[in-house]
Amino acid sequence: MKSTAEKVVAGDIRAVARLIRDIDDGMPEIREVLKEIYPYTGKAYVIGITGAPGAGKSTLVDRMITHLRKEGKTVGVLAVDPTSPFSGGAILGDRIRMQRHSMDEGVFIRSLATRGHFGGLTQSTRGAIDVLDAMGKDFILVETVGVGQDEVEVVKSAHTTIIVVVPGMGDDVQAIKAGILEAGDIFLINKADREGAEKTAGDLRLMIDMDQEKYRKGAWRPPILKAQAVADKGVAELVEEIHNHGRYLFETSDDIKLGKKRVRVREELTDMVEKRILEEVINNITKTAEFDRAVDSIVSGDTDPYTACEELVLPALGLSE
Amino acid sequence: MAQKRKVRIMVAKPGLDGHDRGARIIARAYRDAGFEVIYTGLHQTPEEIVEAAIQEDVDMIGLSSLAGAHKYLFPRVLEILREKGAEDIVVCGGGIFPEEDIAALKKAGIKEIFTPGSSLDEIVKWVEDNIKPR
Ligand SMILES: Nc1nc2c(ncn2[C@@H]2O[C@H](COP(=O)(O)OP(=O)(O)OP(=O)(O)O)[C@@H](O)[C@H]2O)c(=O)[nH]1
Ligand SMILES: [Mg+2]
Repeated sequence: MKSTAEKVVAGDIRAVARLIRDIDDGMPEIREVLKEIYPYTGKAYVIGITGAPGAGKSTLVDRMITHLRKEGKTVGVLAVDPTSPFSGGAILGDRIRMQRHSMDEGVFIRSLATRGHFGGLTQSTRGAIDVLDAMGKDFILVETVGVGQDEVEVVKSAHTTIIVVVPGMGDDVQAIKAGILEAGDIFLINKADREGAEKTAGDLRLMIDMDQEKYRKGAWRPPILKAQAVADKGVAELVEEIHNHGRYLFETSDDIKLGKKRVRVREELTDMVEKRILEEVINNITKTAEFDRAVDSIVSGDTDPYTACEELVLPALGLSE
Repeated sequence: MAQKRKVRIMVAKPGLDGHDRGARIIARAYRDAGFEVIYTGLHQTPEEIVEAAIQEDVDMIGLSSLAGAHKYLFPRVLEILREKGAEDIVVCGGGIFPEEDIAALKKAGIKEIFTPGSSLDEIVKWVEDNIKPR
């Protein structure tokens, strides 16, 4: 019997699909599997695609897959859609736009819901990226709606981050949050058939060019492209710019490259430590008889939640006198 | 955070008929019940449906059909699932079918058939009772 990790590395679709599910569901067993597959990761090129709802991200991903497949590359897709805050359920519809690739063995597409567990999206998406990387996908495309902090965090850890904007929404450019603007390696104005594409491009250029000093020192100057994803216009140029950015990343001196890697690894490890501490501490507190008793006492009116919370948390953190 | 497993359901519409209102309504009902719904749109072949269901690791596929293609398409989905070793994924159907077709489909292995007579609440309840995350 092959282990899960062995199956994943061998490209077994069911094992891959199941492992991503287990990661998403936060099953503790995955830690061992992720450890085992880690040595097989680091080969894939990760592209983040973010932007407002309905900007055309999935349509774009669909077209990008076609172009990358023509180059002979294999592709993994993670398409993230929001979880309903009311029910905890989600409708994940990004696949609709990518139907034509469903029978292509060189393409693996997975829909993920944000699920709203704090910091969890970043964690589980990174885990899923590692899985697709270990299974041997050359390119991994991650689509998220650029609204929440978490969603932006996800695409920031990509090699190349593409920000998709559409013209004619008035303050569209101003509406791009500062954090998102800085994360963009390529800006793509989609639906360029619409009025206002020129103006949007001009506005973006102004914002991006603000820091000339940075570019004089050799920093990557994000290009601004126009496209019509539905008509496959401008997508070849986009893919070309992604390759340019990739070359920029890998041709920068080893010092810079290693430095960047250090920064990314430090960030990811910090995240992971944070999440693990929260998980362990919270479980230690909430999965106890004491906690259940506290709930009972609050319900029966014997104590208040503020006191109960203090009594539970302070001793657990070694802070009670 | 350790959490409860989420039920994942794929809503698919095989065949050639041109609108998907019913499928969209049921997708929303599932979402509102707390399930994760993968919606794949119109005109899917059975092969495409199964491939997507496997990649998405769903617990159930809900097939919806109006154009009478169910007699061939629904069992075909089951057949391909078996070929791929994925027969643990439950398949249900929805649409307007003659009584004798319903019996035949169930015999072929379609776990449940929902007709316009089934309310959304009944359908959701059935899923809650019968579909456990694998
Ligand atoms: N006019 C025009 N419409 C486009 C273009 N690209 C995509 N669309 C349409 O925009 C709509 C939304 O496209 P999607 O690809 O689903 O957009 P998305 O950003 O993935 O949407 P969410 O995932 O829901 O946030 C669809 O109806 C597309 O056909 C384009 O270049 N021009
Ligand atoms: Mg989308």
